[in-house]
Amino acid sequence: MVLVKRVVLDVLKPHQPNALEFSLAIAQVGSGYLVHLKVLEMDEDTETVEVVISGSALNFDDIQAKICDLGGSLHSIDEVEVQSETDTG
Amino acid sequence: MSLLEQIKFLLRITQSNDIIRRYFVVNGFDGALTMMGLIIGFIASSPADLSLVINACLGAAIALGVSGISSAYISESAERRHALGKLEDAMISDLKESAHGEASRFVPILIALVNGFAPLIISLLILIPLWLSKAGVSLPIQPLYAATFVALLLIFLLGIFIGRIAEISWLRSGIQTLLIALLTATMIFLLAGH
Repeated sequence: MVLVKRVVLDVLKPHQPNALEFSLAIAQVGSGYLVHLKVLEMDEDTETVEVVISGSALNFDDIQAKICDLGGSLHSIDEVEVQSETDTG
Repeated sequence: MSLLEQIKFLLRITQSNDIIRRYFVVNGFDGALTMMGLIIGFIASSPADLSLVINACLGAAIALGVSGISSAYISESAERRHALGKLEDAMISDLKESAHGEASRFVPILIALVNGFAPLIISLLILIPLWLSKAGVSLPIQPLYAATFVALLLIFLLGIFIGRIAEISWLRSGIQTLLIALLTATMIFLLAGH
């Protein structure tokens, strides 16, 4: 099984919820999620942000659903880091 | 997320906290002043049966409540739809299933309830002395005067609330609203009963 360890996302979002609330909501998608958000561009009603999420096993579908739920739109996946589980058998 | 947290979140993303507070004060003040006006009108008139006074005031209170709910819902849902449409244009995506879509449906209902229940509840509080008197409870002063006193007290409290929002002297703000109420009462005494 392959685990997703880190993703870097390019997201367009409304000003509300703000960067902190947006990051908190994404971090609550799973346990041990570390979220780093950087505002790249600010418009009248929207902002483009870079979201870096890392954790031991990220659930990408849930993260994407949460972004949509918060009114955001995923533009691109800019970086990924995945790892296959060590075969212990 | 608990229901209360969800409500706070939806109010925050639509930045509606101020609007709700404004509706509460404006329509609450409206309700208190209307009730006080009606009661003073009865004081200035020839003595009327207490049931008649209660029914007239209750009718006005219910009308204020229904008017508050319906008018706020119609205007706020139009405003929210417009705001959501503008945001959807900026995002170039459908936001109806997002928190913003949910807020555009829920926030008008909450604002409408506050706008309707503020005057209704304040009016019902003002009517308590009349109901007590009708139920046989003896009051230290006549029930119509007691109801007027409750109205003035609630208007003063609303003034204090406004003062705390504006972060100015609560006493000054309370006295300001009280003076408006007393001016209204004087006008009714001067013009009514002739």
